[in-house]
Amino acid sequence: MTPVFTSLQWSDLLFLLEGAWNTILISVVAIILGSVLGAIIGWLMSLKNTALNLTMMSIIDVFRSVPLLIQLILFDSFVAIAGFPLPPFFSGTIVLTVYTAALVAGVARAGIEAVPPTLRAAARCLGLSYFQELRYVTFPVGLRTAFPSWLGVALATVKDSALVSAIGYVELLRASQILNTRTQESVKIMLLVGVLYFALSYPLSLLGSRYEKKMASNDHP
Amino acid sequence: MIILENVHKSFGSLKVLKGVNLTVHEGEVVSLIGASGSGKSTLLYCINGLEKIDSGRVTVDGTDVHAKGTDINKLRQKLGTVFQQWNSFPHLTALENVALAPRVVSKLDKAAAREVAAAQLERVGLKDKFDHYPSQMSGGQQQRLAIARALAMKPDYMLFDEATSALDPELVTEVLDTMRMLASDGMTMIVVTHEMSFARDVSDRVAFFKQGVLAEIGPAREVMESPKDPDLQRFLSSSTR
Repeated sequence: MTPVFTSLQWSDLLFLLEGAWNTILISVVAIILGSVLGAIIGWLMSLKNTALNLTMMSIIDVFRSVPLLIQLILFDSFVAIAGFPLPPFFSGTIVLTVYTAALVAGVARAGIEAVPPTLRAAARCLGLSYFQELRYVTFPVGLRTAFPSWLGVALATVKDSALVSAIGYVELLRASQILNTRTQESVKIMLLVGVLYFALSYPLSLLGSRYEKKMASNDHP
Repeated sequence: MIILENVHKSFGSLKVLKGVNLTVHEGEVVSLIGASGSGKSTLLYCINGLEKIDSGRVTVDGTDVHAKGTDINKLRQKLGTVFQQWNSFPHLTALENVALAPRVVSKLDKAAAREVAAAQLERVGLKDKFDHYPSQMSGGQQQRLAIARALAMKPDYMLFDEATSALDPELVTEVLDTMRMLASDGMTMIVVTHEMSFARDVSDRVAFFKQGVLAEIGPAREVMESPKDPDLQRFLSSSTR
């Protein structure tokens, strides 16, 4: 008689690594696209156009307050009902990107608004155009303020990507659940998954602290 | 030549400029003096287009600053501006601060931009600060950096907006000396200042700003030593330096 549960094998590690790779894939895409989109929205909000701000803020509030899990399921179901079913990777990436963008927008806005107006005026007085000033002065200077909060958002995105498993994307968490069901060795597996998540996030925070150190070194002699 | 004709400007109900007329010729140094908040800085900002005007006309070498088709970015390359706050770019070294506009605006290549920057930093006495970040420099050094940064665009005019007001007293001299050097090099300058000795000794003409108009304007010594306007007399006797 074949046993109901089979124990962990080396090939299962490969399965988990594959899941980790999928976590990386969806996180990296969502962080990059979400940051670009969020930076643009943050910039639009820093323009202080009342009508524009009200619209942006209410849209952002929706994405920030509805739990990501619900957004994922709703979006995935809606596109399917509308007749355009998307593979889990795509609907997951779209939702995670928009969610990240909503969080980055506030961070980007705060960063831009932290740049003193006279600093921006001084740059314009040198003949820099509006967008040259934005690119060479406001953006890098604002990034120093915004970076720690942005890093927090990016790290959260890596962990939040686990929720995409709910719509059938086999990333790290989902892979571990599949193994769990088969082997019933949940403690071992969860330990392994925890280590893998740490391995994914740590380089990001390492990168972050190196960047912060670099910025600090030209702030304080 | 910078010409202001009947310039009016208000912020809401507050009328700041009420018909200012001023002509500044090439090579001339004109100091604007007057009480704080009288609109002297606003006047400068109307010349470089940072502030819009309500009516009147401002022309720089015949170009109307506030006309619709004017390329303000191009015009500003002629007008160096130095502010009260020194406004160093904190993420760039001294050399990069000065090289930014030559590289981005004048499209010089990196080496050429650095060369221009190095020359201007040397000119203001910051030869040994090329690779320092602004946070590693004193206020006086940062203000000289701001002057070098403006000079790197080879401006025909320099506008100074209380360039020494935010500095510690012991750092004022080095900035004033740099401004003196520019004046003796023949730079055309409009200087908003509270440094009465600078106004008297360095400028060709002094204008006294009062309630939105230039109440008195004339040769520096004449205005400073025998003022006619009673408010100017009071202002000068209450100014310590």
